[in-house]
Amino acid sequence: MSPSINTREHLVVIGNGMAGCRAVEEILTRDPHRYKITIFGAEPHVNYNRIMLSPVLAGEKSFEQIVINDRSWYLDHGIDLVVSDPVVAIDRAAKTVTSRSGATVGYDKLLIATGSNPFIIPVPGHDLPGVISFRDMADVDHMVRAASLGGDAVVIGGGLLGLEAAHGLSLRGMKVTVIHLMDTLMERQLDESAGWLLKSALEGRGQTILTGANTAEIYGEGKVEGIRLKDGRDIPASLVVMSAGIRPNVALAQQAGLAVNRAILVDDDMVTSDADILAVGECVEHDGNVYGLVAPIWDMCRSLADALVATPSPYKGSVTSTKLKVSGIDVFSAGDFSGGEGCEDIVLRDASRGVYKRVIVKENRIVGAVLYGDTGDGNWYFDLLKKGVDISDVRDALIFGQAFASGGGQSDPKAAVAALSDDAEICGCNGVSKGQVVSCIAGGAASLDAVRGACKASASCGSCTGLVETLLALTLGQEVEAGPKTMCKCTSFGHDDVRKLILEKSLKAIPQVMQELHWATPDGCSSCRPALNYYLLCAWPGEYVDDQQSRFVNERMHANIQKDGTYSVVPRMWGGLTTPQELRAIADVVEKYDAPMVKVTGGQRLDIFGIKGEDLPAVWADLNAAGMVSGHAYGKALRTVKTCVGSEWCRFGTQDSTGLGVKLEQGFWGSWMPHKFKMAVSGCPRNCAEATIKDFGVVCVDSGYELHVGGNGGIHVRATDLLCKVGTEKEAMHHAAAFVQLYREEARYLERTAPWIERVGMDYLKARLLEDAEGRDALATRFWFSQSFSQDDPWAERAQGAESELHQPLAQVRPLAGAFA
Amino acid sequence: MSALDHIAPEWLDIGPVTDIPLRGARTVPVAGAGEIAVFRTSGDHVYALVNSCPHKKGPLSQGIVHGNSVACPLHNWVISLETGEAQGQDKGCTPTIPVKISGGRVLICRQSTLRIAA
Repeated sequence: MSPSINTREHLVVIGNGMAGCRAVEEILTRDPHRYKITIFGAEPHVNYNRIMLSPVLAGEKSFEQIVINDRSWYLDHGIDLVVSDPVVAIDRAAKTVTSRSGATVGYDKLLIATGSNPFIIPVPGHDLPGVISFRDMADVDHMVRAASLGGDAVVIGGGLLGLEAAHGLSLRGMKVTVIHLMDTLMERQLDESAGWLLKSALEGRGQTILTGANTAEIYGEGKVEGIRLKDGRDIPASLVVMSAGIRPNVALAQQAGLAVNRAILVDDDMVTSDADILAVGECVEHDGNVYGLVAPIWDMCRSLADALVATPSPYKGSVTSTKLKVSGIDVFSAGDFSGGEGCEDIVLRDASRGVYKRVIVKENRIVGAVLYGDTGDGNWYFDLLKKGVDISDVRDALIFGQAFASGGGQSDPKAAVAALSDDAEICGCNGVSKGQVVSCIAGGAASLDAVRGACKASASCGSCTGLVETLLALTLGQEVEAGPKTMCKCTSFGHDDVRKLILEKSLKAIPQVMQELHWATPDGCSSCRPALNYYLLCAWPGEYVDDQQSRFVNERMHANIQKDGTYSVVPRMWGGLTTPQELRAIADVVEKYDAPMVKVTGGQRLDIFGIKGEDLPAVWADLNAAGMVSGHAYGKALRTVKTCVGSEWCRFGTQDSTGLGVKLEQGFWGSWMPHKFKMAVSGCPRNCAEATIKDFGVVCVDSGYELHVGGNGGIHVRATDLLCKVGTEKEAMHHAAAFVQLYREEARYLERTAPWIERVGMDYLKARLLEDAEGRDALATRFWFSQSFSQDDPWAERAQGAESELHQPLAQVRPLAGAFA
Repeated sequence: MSALDHIAPEWLDIGPVTDIPLRGARTVPVAGAGEIAVFRTSGDHVYALVNSCPHKKGPLSQGIVHGNSVACPLHNWVISLETGEAQGQDKGCTPTIPVKISGGRVLICRQSTLRIAA
């Protein structure tokens, strides 16, 4: 016999959203007659599924389709629903709540489910009409109305919700720009690789995505007209959607004097610091965690109902997973993907399908997963993660997904490949079946390269390389020949293949190369990153944005690091010439910054030693003021052009060797190369400038200029080979440009001209540079085009304050006093 | 073990996470002692180590950060950011300092900082 509704205890719920109503549902399931229930809601609607607002905005669902509980549910359970009238005060002593309209209602138990508020970045103009958030049905209505007028929209914040808003607005015909402060979209859910894929996919759909972009202000007369970024860029917009995160809505709880930290503090039974007040959802903090996703809310509501009307089942926190609701773009992320002690990555990249899968394993258990393009196994990984299943038995096949890993005796990937039928497709790009690969191996193709040559399998995108190698191993036993030397352990491709593919597939960023070429590590290593940075820089001059973090320290700091962590600084002296003014400026720097040593280098320059990292910009400013620029003594670049005095002074001189040296240095400085590059010009065959042990050396003779290439000092001294003799300075410059460009385009990173020439042979160089005049002209043209982007003095930018963080500590610590910025 | 170990852990706020470049590092000099290097990985994990390679004391903060490791700029030893241990064939270990992130700011453990300063 249940008590009449009016004699029951009164449960008042503040918040008619997903958490409040779910808690009520859970209570009703356990004991439908325990409480008389009143729900206060700020919105005019019945309980709807807030996370489905994105499909409503995208026009894929109607509001009716996302309603969770309609009016009849409230009626059937005798629930008193008060809409459009939020509670504004709680009186804990009197145990009453008061709503905005002034209604006061008593409670026995109070449940706070106020959720969270969108965070509005307080930039100038944030309160202009046309600036909205994306949180409730009213926001969706607003966006739908704005979109019907067309025009430009800006979404500030490239998180889950912001991207869903951008997608919806874009589908509704607006031209959308997403402004994201961080470098990676959805950086809380995605790693860099998946974020990059997502960015490309969204750009492919016509959205403009600006990462690393900081909003300075929103402007407009009476309504929003556009936004300005801190870097000065201006983006017109008639609608600005702020989606820069959420903040737990704790004002009411704070006013009532409940314990609140980042959010309302609750115990494992969802009870606040007042035993008669519970709280649930995004407005609570449990065990230091605040959640902004729906799955934890369901867990909390179960624990709350169990403790209130059944047997307590303490809430122990939640592991969360995320899926992006943008149709056609599959993104899944769960758990911890930031790496950490003892974590190992298992990565699968399949470029032709646009798939990136990364599972993070710690002590044989999955702790995180990031999936892009193929999220079919997301739930399986999430399940293994939540249950803490030991995956050592299926580890080898884990990344291929549940179907593969659970395939009984096929947990050994080799066995799985062995079990494939003869007509199973191995290489999708070239349509090669297993039978064809096996017969080509049986016909004598005993290495990966041989198979690629014989039947084209794995010769295109390379994603089936592993399968082909497995087939080689299965067919030949242990007799597999080692493939070409790979760039590093991160990839199965060699340097030349990577360069070829960068051009063929038009790859223009490091994460893109890593994705398309199936890198085995999430962000490469200290060997491949600088190489890729150089290859991209060389392939796409003026277009590729240099990645500082993939530069070796000297090239990042534009100075040479010494064994004590200080730097040495070498200003450029064109052709080895200097002036009293330059010498004075150098002398002043040596004294002013207490440089312990200054030395004349082998390349006819002055090297100032012992400069501290934080003093570098000031040193450069002083040297710039005297007209000197970076000498690139630190770079894989043109170092120096050494000269003798030549016909101007020397009684043996045949040509103006200093003049040509200056011209060469002014033409070639700033050009990035596979390795350091040295030049010299000697005025006669006595060769005082030692031109025959330089990468490019000119020896002047009466009748013209001998051009020598491929020499170096160092451990293995190598004298140059004579390339040719030309009659004029102009021809010498032209041949130098063509030679340098050939070296830039075809040598491997960290390969100097000497080993490069020994590898490819002088005959090859002569064929390219002498016999093929058109080819030579094209090389020179490409070199000068590239130079048009590379002759900005890197010192000048830093001296004026660019990237000052590279030269300043983050903070100073006095251990007994504290930290100071 | 010193008496300081029994003091409840205290944390020093050294600045916002976003002031450390992704796949990069910043330094924090400790008055009267050495320097701490604070790293931020591509996975947005933050680590703090003494800014000194166990090999020849190279400034690790200037190395190339990849995965959860850094390659020392002097001789390319690869040091784990989690444990401070040299990877591969090389042997040696750089002391690590516990880090936590709170409200987007980086906090380092004062006790460990004191210990390396001593």
